[in-house]
Amino acid sequence: MHSASSASTAAPEPRNAPRRRFVNILLGTGLVASAASFLYPILRYLVPPKLPDLGGDAVLAAHVAELKPNTAKMFRFGARPGLLVQTATGEYRAMSATCTHLACTVQYRPDLREIWCACHNGMYDLNGRNISGPPPRPLEVFEVQVRGDDIFVRRKQEA
Amino acid sequence: MASPVYSVRQWLDERFPLEDIRALALKKKVPVHRYSYWYFLGGMTLFLFGVQVLTGALLLLYYRPGADEAFESVQFIMTQVQFGWLIRSVHAWSANLLIFMAFAHLFSVLFLRSYRKPRELTWVSGILLLFLMLGFGFSGYLLPWNTLSYFATKVGTEIPAQIPIVGRPLLLFLRGGEDITGSTLTRMFGLHVAILPAVATLLIGVHLALIQWFGMSVPPGLQAEWQALPPEKRDIRFFPNFVLRELMAWYVALGLLGALAALFPWGLGVKADPFASAPAGIKPEWYFLAMFQTLKLIPAKVLRMDGEMLGILAFGMIGAVALLLPFLDREKPFNTRRWITGLVCVFLGYMLVMTVYGWVAK
Amino acid sequence: MAFAQTKDSCLDCHANLPNLLGVSATYSQNIHAQKGLTCAACHGGDANSDDPEKAMSRAAGWKGKIERKQIPELCASCHADAERMKKYNPSLRVDQFQQYKTSVHGMKWAKGDSKVAVCTDCHGAHDLLAPSDPRSRVHPSNIATTCSHCHADADYMKPYGIKTDQFANYEQSVHHDAMVVRGDLSAPTCTTCHGNHGATPPGVANVTAVCANCHVFQAQLFATSPHKDAFATMGLPGCVTCHSNHAIKHPTDEMTGMGPNAVCTNCHTQGDPGATQAEAMYNQLTELATAIAASDELLGKAERQGMEVSQAKLQTAQARDALLKARVTVHAFRDSELKRKTDAGLAVTRQTYAAGEKAMEEWRFRRVGLGLSVVAIALVLVGLGLYIRQLEQR
Repeated sequence: MHSASSASTAAPEPRNAPRRRFVNILLGTGLVASAASFLYPILRYLVPPKLPDLGGDAVLAAHVAELKPNTAKMFRFGARPGLLVQTATGEYRAMSATCTHLACTVQYRPDLREIWCACHNGMYDLNGRNISGPPPRPLEVFEVQVRGDDIFVRRKQEA
Repeated sequence: MASPVYSVRQWLDERFPLEDIRALALKKKVPVHRYSYWYFLGGMTLFLFGVQVLTGALLLLYYRPGADEAFESVQFIMTQVQFGWLIRSVHAWSANLLIFMAFAHLFSVLFLRSYRKPRELTWVSGILLLFLMLGFGFSGYLLPWNTLSYFATKVGTEIPAQIPIVGRPLLLFLRGGEDITGSTLTRMFGLHVAILPAVATLLIGVHLALIQWFGMSVPPGLQAEWQALPPEKRDIRFFPNFVLRELMAWYVALGLLGALAALFPWGLGVKADPFASAPAGIKPEWYFLAMFQTLKLIPAKVLRMDGEMLGILAFGMIGAVALLLPFLDREKPFNTRRWITGLVCVFLGYMLVMTVYGWVAK
Repeated sequence: MAFAQTKDSCLDCHANLPNLLGVSATYSQNIHAQKGLTCAACHGGDANSDDPEKAMSRAAGWKGKIERKQIPELCASCHADAERMKKYNPSLRVDQFQQYKTSVHGMKWAKGDSKVAVCTDCHGAHDLLAPSDPRSRVHPSNIATTCSHCHADADYMKPYGIKTDQFANYEQSVHHDAMVVRGDLSAPTCTTCHGNHGATPPGVANVTAVCANCHVFQAQLFATSPHKDAFATMGLPGCVTCHSNHAIKHPTDEMTGMGPNAVCTNCHTQGDPGATQAEAMYNQLTELATAIAASDELLGKAERQGMEVSQAKLQTAQARDALLKARVTVHAFRDSELKRKTDAGLAVTRQTYAAGEKAMEEWRFRRVGLGLSVVAIALVLVGLGLYIRQLEQR
């Protein structure tokens, strides 16, 4: 490190030596450029992204208008597909759509009012229970909450 | 000429003693000698802490504490928020750099003997700040709520439970209950963003005030040769000379953080599942590794006493010695300085070896 | 081996006699013994008496060793009697003997053949366990082995002139893999397709109906396809013609088309309308499979380089679903049907691949951004250095 002289360290205006000007411009540019490279990401960060849904345990599965009685809709539930059914009596049921036999995706059969797996003819009732065919276990059932126009599905909460 | 800067200065000068403040600031000097570069470490630690505060505040805009939302919110930050990956990765890398820098600052102050009279309380406040930084690291680590953080916290809170009498209440306090749950997360979050920052701000204020009050210390071994220099060569001004150099160092640190964040972004991991078994070879972050590895190596029973408890008490003792170091450096009844140097070197070597061992051990 | 409730004097001696006159220790696990039946239930005689003369007297109905030919009717004397079976297990069927009489085994037995299977050949006699017991010879996982005792024995089966390679073939099949390797007890074994008591191979006309019990979609599609009538005319069984009956291997995309492993070449020649459809289907399937593989590779690369692509990886599951459905749709034997499924899958892979490209672009952007800020920082460092020197030279 060099020792400093006792000269004053601030003057209202720099003297116009070309070397001094060059250093000032260099420093100034660098400071502005680096400040911009820090501020730009921060400012972009402050703007919220378009997707408000965090995909947490509660998922927006559908809107009330999308389903009629005795129809169903597939939706994404975290890492896997889910099935949202509106029964003939108007109730909502939601469950995992991954068949417990060999992991095919199940579907709702409005003619049978049951859930069917096309791969090996497995059948589940509207409570997810495996009632016929190869599936060894029931489908995981989820909780449905209707808030206004939106139907939310989330994992069943332990008591 | 009425440049805008000049008129603002005029306005302030009419209300506040600007000239006096300026004169006072210009008086602050930094000694110049063989080991002057070590003076940068304190400011660097402060700078990194500032980076943590800024990036932490930004993360707070999107982070959601709570077992069912924490992981997802961090995932959101990493994948959906513009430059979220940058802010989060800088925060994680800077945390590690900060703790490393705090230790480097500690050891440099120790070997340069800056803790001597009259600066004992500066040292004490510094050690307390170090404990706080470790607390920040520990509490922050749980916040992403992934497998690694869950089990690291589990192990980390089980260890102090071994302390007699206070151990169990301490465990319940840290965990917010018997087990690591959402309550633990809330608690760690409160510690990390409110309680620890408040205490740290206070302590940093005290630490800086004390430094200003006492000025910079010159190592005793260099006193003679430093005094021999002509007065104008002994120091440089803090403003602007030292500050400009510090600014360079801070810019290097910024560049390093940016590079680490861009080239090695911090991972997300897998969401914590309390019912899953701990993954094999789970270990804490590097700054806790030496302690962790030591505890693993202590036999279960040492002279009829519980081995782990002994280990923890030993670490407690080391912490106490560190805190009270200035008071242990004396000349009567015998000169302790050589002993201190020797023991610290042994301790440092031990910590390094144990950290590396802990890193490579399965 | 005493049972608290019923006295079974036969066992007192016969439990300790050697070899053929003896009854092994496992007899205690026998379902009949567990239900309280004595030896006399099948062998006749008096199980209460300790005197061998009285116990084994013809007057008391003792039959001694039961002849093979008599076994079906002996078992039926209880198992076809609904009133009697109700006392033990009201939900048990009582038509086994009736079914047996319709089976190939039963019909030959009626004509006096003593080599064909009778009840004890499959169920065991003294070692008879409930079918739900995994050690039972008629537990689903063991049935194929039980049948193979005769049906895989070339010498034994010589007089009947039927093949004996069924078990060997079955062992190579996907169904065997499911049952024995993966432990899926719902997988088909011999009796699933052939029946157990009424064991008869399904005829050429009926095989499809048997497979359709599980493989519903494929059967439905086949029924609407041009192959249904074509096969019927040629007297070919559905399903089995391409997939074989016992050696049902895991189907691959190479089975379609006109390549070396394709089954279509068995009937179709290059250039005929069927061959054209076959080739079209093969191309569609491989196009989708390749697209999925390419997307997986790109996403994997992006992930290894530290980019977050979990969302896109989840989406590829949809593409895989589409491929699965497309492979099922092969059984309609119309490439236009297949194309709809593969197009859906390709739409998904286009999106996931684009996500992968976006991730790689972001990776490059980050490095460029880093480079730019490092340049700016370097400018500042140089500028500061010069400024400091300038300041201190004054």
